Amino acid sequence: MTRQERAAWLFSAPVLAIIALVFVLPTALAMALSVTDYSIYALADWANLRFVGLGNFIDLFSTPLFWRAIGNTALFALLGVPIAIGASLAVALLLNDATVRWKPLWRVLLFAPDVTSIVATAVVWRFLFNERSGLINRALATVGAAPVDWLGNPHTSIPAILIFVTWKIFGYNMIVFTAALSAVPQDLMEAARLDGAGHWGRFRHVTLPAIGPTLLLAAVMSVAGFLQIFAEPYVMTLGGPAQSTTTILYFMFDEGFKWWNLGQASAVAFVLFLMILALTMFQTWIGRRYEWL
Amino acid sequence: MALMKPRAILANTLVALLTALTIAPLLYMVIVSFMPRGESSNPPTPLWPSHWSMENYHELLVRRLIDGAWFDYRIVPALFNSIAIAAISTLLGLLLTVPAGYAFAKLRFRGRERLLKILIASLVVPGQVAMLPLFLIFKQLGLVNSYAGVILPSLAGIFAILFVRQATLAIPDEMIDAARIDGASEARIFVTIVLPLLTPIVVTLALFMFLGSWNDFLWPLIVLADQHLYTLPVAVAAIAREHSADGELMMAAAVVTTMPVLLLFLAMQRYYLTGLLGGSVKG
Repeated sequence: MTRQERAAWLFSAPVLAIIALVFVLPTALAMALSVTDYSIYALADWANLRFVGLGNFIDLFSTPLFWRAIGNTALFALLGVPIAIGASLAVALLLNDATVRWKPLWRVLLFAPDVTSIVATAVVWRFLFNERSGLINRALATVGAAPVDWLGNPHTSIPAILIFVTWKIFGYNMIVFTAALSAVPQDLMEAARLDGAGHWGRFRHVTLPAIGPTLLLAAVMSVAGFLQIFAEPYVMTLGGPAQSTTTILYFMFDEGFKWWNLGQASAVAFVLFLMILALTMFQTWIGRRYEWL
Repeated sequence: MALMKPRAILANTLVALLTALTIAPLLYMVIVSFMPRGESSNPPTPLWPSHWSMENYHELLVRRLIDGAWFDYRIVPALFNSIAIAAISTLLGLLLTVPAGYAFAKLRFRGRERLLKILIASLVVPGQVAMLPLFLIFKQLGLVNSYAGVILPSLAGIFAILFVRQATLAIPDEMIDAARIDGASEARIFVTIVLPLLTPIVVTLALFMFLGSWNDFLWPLIVLADQHLYTLPVAVAAIAREHSADGELMMAAAVVTTMPVLLLFLAMQRYYLTGLLGGSVKG
């Protein structure tokens, strides 16, 4: 071994060992756990552990609440991604306008919600969404709207949480889009302007093609983020009302750490993993496609 | 130019309004936390305290004797736990990942490219998949319900290694080779030549690690059973699920949880926001 090699291993072996212990090994074990009936009995004594093959998955697929959780999570992603990405893009475009002053100040303040704890801000928003005394219903009342039981009604619980999540996360992609927008070729923009292209025409034919890849990547990563929603329903709605905000992770947490069905919960984790893997493959495919263009 | 003016006014007003709307929930959180007990639950919702009161913070933070038994919300211990865990996670995290990131960028060793590929590929796996077996492993190792149990998983900084590697690649090889020819040891090269050049990146990474640890919720919730070890998010979630009616008290708890990192972010925003863009570059 050369001197350089020895140093390299000295520098990287400790963290690689930790990664192996807390990430690689448990991920491999997750597969194994998902084909066992690991439960509170096995937690007490390993002798109670049995191999059940695909039993957990079969059980899971015949559990209505699991499908409900998949449906709710899909709804979160389907509604949340366009709303969140749309908000980020709209604000980024606005900030990109040459006439806007004090840009660094706005950027920092608009980004601020992103660095706060989800739990703490979920508590704040639960308070704002309160039917009787919440600030949001008070604002609605000034325009004559009737109070809405935001978190207590199964039809408004997901939209309410999405408003909170969008507020919390839009700043991140706003920063990413601002950087992408500053790379839009200005000579092309000028040429389009001289050719008489309007605001929409320039956005559609100059800006959008330039930031398209960034936009798509952000969208795919946002889907992955929405698939992992947990703290919001845990704090704001406890998965309710009428299980309308029980997400995949919320279901997994309850199965695993409330009922101690760790085998079953591992099967849920595995399903989540497959969904995110499929998403990443889609993302890589997009990446390749755009490099060919 | 005269034609541009209304447009400029419109754009600036719009940005200011949007920012005000974004900051409003945080501002209102602070205002309500100073309202006298119960004031915020009487419609019409007050926007301003009738008088500024410290009673919520007093109730939340000070241990009191009720019917002969000590009672408190365990927010002060949670604050200490959060500070200790975030600080230790950050320090150990840097100590482990910065040299590794440098090694992956500049030192030649067998298996480097393959390991790098594995690290990048493993970013696909969501951390939650590992959590259930990890809990069982930690239970066997006696790490459940301890600081170490919370901190150890946060040290597996794959993203951090790739982040440091990306930044280190920009350092010219000639500088390092010249030092080698002068007979400097590898450790000396890292400490005296590479580390000073990486300082901004290390500061950024430290911020990411500290904030990440401070705001982390699911894993501490799983691994901590003892209330005395709760971090702030876990403690606040526990109070929130029990005392949902006490608006002012909950806002005070939210202020204690969010303000330290918000102030840290505001003080160091330049490092944070530029790092964000460095991180979005693929590994």
